[in-house]
Amino acid sequence: MNASESIGWWGVVLGIFAGALRGGTPFLLVSLGECLTEKSGKINLGLEGTLLMGAMSAYAVSYHSGNPWLGVIAAFGTGAGLGAIHALLVSRPKVNDVAAGIAMLIFGSGLAFYLGKSYIRPSAPQLPALSLGGWSELPQLQAALKLSPLFVLGAGLAFLLSWAFNCTRWGLRVRAVGDAPVAALALGMSVKKVRFVAIVLGSAIAGLGGAHLSLFYPGAWTEAISSGQGLMAVALVIFARWRPVHCLYASMIFGGTQAIAPALQAIGITSGYYLWNAAPYVLTLVVMVITCSPKRTLAGSPGALGTSS
Amino acid sequence: MSTPALPPTSRRWRPALEAVALPVGAVLVALLLFGVFCAVQGANPLSVFKAIQRASFGSWYSFQNTLIRAAPLILTALCTALPARLGLIVIGNEGALVVGGLAATAAGLAAASAPPVVALTIMVLAGMAGGGAWIGLVGLLHYQRGVNETISGLLLNYVAIAVLSHLVNGPMRDPASLNKPSSYSFAETHQLGGIASSNVHYGLVFGVVFAVFAWVLMEHTTFGFKARMIGGNIRAARMAGLPVARLGITTCLLGGAAAGLAGMVEVAAIHGRANESLAAGYGYAGILVAFVARFRGLPIILVAVLLGGILASGGILQRQFKLPDATILVFQGIVFLCILFSDSLYGRFACFKEKTA
Repeated sequence: MNASESIGWWGVVLGIFAGALRGGTPFLLVSLGECLTEKSGKINLGLEGTLLMGAMSAYAVSYHSGNPWLGVIAAFGTGAGLGAIHALLVSRPKVNDVAAGIAMLIFGSGLAFYLGKSYIRPSAPQLPALSLGGWSELPQLQAALKLSPLFVLGAGLAFLLSWAFNCTRWGLRVRAVGDAPVAALALGMSVKKVRFVAIVLGSAIAGLGGAHLSLFYPGAWTEAISSGQGLMAVALVIFARWRPVHCLYASMIFGGTQAIAPALQAIGITSGYYLWNAAPYVLTLVVMVITCSPKRTLAGSPGALGTSS
Repeated sequence: MSTPALPPTSRRWRPALEAVALPVGAVLVALLLFGVFCAVQGANPLSVFKAIQRASFGSWYSFQNTLIRAAPLILTALCTALPARLGLIVIGNEGALVVGGLAATAAGLAAASAPPVVALTIMVLAGMAGGGAWIGLVGLLHYQRGVNETISGLLLNYVAIAVLSHLVNGPMRDPASLNKPSSYSFAETHQLGGIASSNVHYGLVFGVVFAVFAWVLMEHTTFGFKARMIGGNIRAARMAGLPVARLGITTCLLGGAAAGLAGMVEVAAIHGRANESLAAGYGYAGILVAFVARFRGLPIILVAVLLGGILASGGILQRQFKLPDATILVFQGIVFLCILFSDSLYGRFACFKEKTA
């Protein structure tokens, strides 16, 4: 780590910046997927399972076909499939969406570990990086600016979703169903259909986050590949106040806090290494404690969220 | 006084039958689906079921293994089940188990020179206090600040595991533990032993006692009545002047204490020390048990024994059928999904309806 030492504390800053871009991408994709799902009035707590299945299927398909982009498509499809199970389940009467999410979490991660057992050893072709650091002579900066194509896709998606929610008929429908399902029904919309599409599409986007994990960074399939990014999605969306562009900022902050411990370790500070792993979770909790209030629901929260309608 | 007469008990068996038939039917459908899954993977489903049955309930020896796994499951299930009666979905079981285990370890190591009974009592209390405080915090944040209890519990799971890693890799580490960083071990005499020369440790007694206590508390006391009233209609409960926050936080404390006790049982009877094996997933499996048992204390014991049996058969599936250990996780997921689906079928079958006329 001589190179890191030569730039001292700047190495830490750069490490956190690189972590924000690389480690933040799965956060970004799952939180966008969760945002879309929650805008329609339902929660999907099972995105951790989706993320793992996405990572596993992307890796397996990339390994067999030799084309990482087919892996990305596979992750999208697997995510959509798991989303469809969740959507069908929560559309039934008396089924609690939080409990269904936990069930999907157990089922999805079990299936991913089961089917992925034989892919732990071989190495699959990885996604190419977009290098934007050519102008700099600093190797650390060049490394930090090797962007994941899925990050670019996710960032674009954040703005696209934001535009869709605010400016399109389709976005208005999703918001109507999420805010006042009874009113939406009275207007002749099919609440079930809109929610089905939102949940399936949201889960598919989360699956892409899995493809980033196994095909870009860390870039291999292991059972420990996801450290709860899928579970954090729900918290991130609250943090971002159900606004897609804010999901982008929130994901960067979370990716960055996740990178604090390794960045400090690189310049020789190892005390509290394991405690720093808790940083993103403590940060979320602190933010929630500060911003929540028992007197009112959160600003921006879809009206039907957490109700049985 | 002429009050409208309830139907005599002899005519109320139909809804009771429905409450048993639907979950049992769901588990049967789950078995069928799992059988198809095994068949697709090239294993004969019937011999897989037979192996699970043999490995979990086939002999006294394997049944003991089942009971050893059922003990922490009963306790972690209560962590979800108790607050659920008030309408709170708490899933911080894993974190409460870990914190309870850590607190019990710290207390046990501090009381190493005390007589075994005293030391174990201190460990039980410390474990319950640790887990109780952890979920109590979840309840406190919910009622004082309006923080969603599901999310905060989930976040605290990760915080607890980070604290565990920090302590067993640093301050609490026994330098002799090289491959798997662990705390110092308890003396043999200070570990939780077997019930009457069996392999089944006293953790099972703790679990059963706690579950019966939870059942009596929720079904047969005014405390439980108030709690269920809050779960049924929180606005009506507030109007009636119930101290909603106090009841809720107390229930969270109790639930957390149960999960913390599970952590104590794991360190004192199974591992003999604290290390990262403490976070073995009993917390998450406990959520499943609580939902399948519909949050009732007594059914939790039964469901925990059944799931304990399935967990105990994981090794056999791996050795005999070359099925990966994640098979058990897939099976749990299928059972959970089927049970939730069956929830939506209540009142759908005419044969379970009370004849009104």
